[in-house]
Amino acid sequence: MDFFSQLQSYFAQNSAEYLRCLAEHIQITLLSLGISALIGIPLGYCCHRFQQMGRWITGIFQVLRIVPSLAVLILLIPVLGVGLLPALVALILLAVPPILMNTTTAFAQIPAFYLETAQALGMDGHQKFWRVELPSALPQILVGVKTAAVEIVASAAIAAKIGAGGLGGLILTGLGLMRTDLLVVGGGSVALLAMCIGLIFELIQRRWMPYASSLRG
Amino acid sequence: MIAFWVKQQDKLLQALMEHLVLTAQALAISLALAALLTLVAMLLPRTGQLLMQVFSVLYAVPSMALLALMIPFTGLGQTTALIVLVVYNQYLLLRSFIEGLRGVDAAVQQAALGMGMTRLQMLWRVQLPLALPSIFTGIRLAIISTVSIATIAAVINAGGLGRILFDGLRTLNTYKILWGSILSCVLALGLDGLCKLAMRLMHPKQGRSNPQ
Repeated sequence: MDFFSQLQSYFAQNSAEYLRCLAEHIQITLLSLGISALIGIPLGYCCHRFQQMGRWITGIFQVLRIVPSLAVLILLIPVLGVGLLPALVALILLAVPPILMNTTTAFAQIPAFYLETAQALGMDGHQKFWRVELPSALPQILVGVKTAAVEIVASAAIAAKIGAGGLGGLILTGLGLMRTDLLVVGGGSVALLAMCIGLIFELIQRRWMPYASSLRG
Repeated sequence: MIAFWVKQQDKLLQALMEHLVLTAQALAISLALAALLTLVAMLLPRTGQLLMQVFSVLYAVPSMALLALMIPFTGLGQTTALIVLVVYNQYLLLRSFIEGLRGVDAAVQQAALGMGMTRLQMLWRVQLPLALPSIFTGIRLAIISTVSIATIAAVINAGGLGRILFDGLRTLNTYKILWGSILSCVLALGLDGLCKLAMRLMHPKQGRSNPQ
């Protein structure tokens, strides 16, 4: 009971502060997810079109995957300093690989006879891309974006350590002062946010892509 | 860079050892638990599905959040870190173990049953050897994820290379940050290499399989 009253008094006193952290966290997540998608999807398509380049980029990202996300965040500080910018760059670095890999797989998995049929119907290159290839690749691309989104929400909590703000800040303050209420509020919110994002993508998949329900990240 | 290594050698090596011990402990416990749970899941498919759902939800919880949420129950330090690492590994390990064991060719399974094997015999002598590549893929994924999440565990005083990284961050010491990152990559690659080697010894033909 004591603990719940603690939580209650936290929300009573600090709801403005809490909402600011939540808003910051969502802002960082959306911004870096958007930029990652803008980089990852075209690059993934290029990797599919130009196999040689694809092999190089995939190799690089295989190696990058070994580097702990914490190390990626902290390594950027000597280069970019502290604050929002290095956090964004680090989150983008972490989020591009899943989007890129899934995009490449998505385009590679399109059955050849789709393309043949499109050609037989007299579509030119542009039409073929926009009307056949992209729609068939979209579900798998979305799986990549979902993986990236969950990864970003998680890493954004760690990014608070390099001054990006957000809910991670609450956790760190809670750790510093050993305040359980802050820990639970911060940790719980990040966990809920990650689940909500997973759920939203699941809904998008079910609502608009009913034929691709077998695809799961 | 080299000079810094020479000066701080014992400190860096101590952190590396701490990290190695934490990772090894977490992996050992995870493997034992995953083996047990896989056995349960193979014999009781319904329970297996439930387990997978529970762990996939837990896996989606960010590590920083899970660490923070565990503190009220188990306090700061290595115990909490171990629990969190083991929970995360269960999803990766169980998924690949169960998929590997279930993925064994149905004809082979029927043949085993036809020869009069019990389900446990079939599991141990037919499905397990054939599922080894998938099992090792899961273990390798778990190794990389454990080394990575163990660095974050330094925020709750679990020690290890994460402490070097956070120290470097606080004092803006580039060498410290670089060495912390390099050592954690080396540790991940080393453990991954060991696992590949074990795979090749046990299963010479498929030692080159890569996790996707």
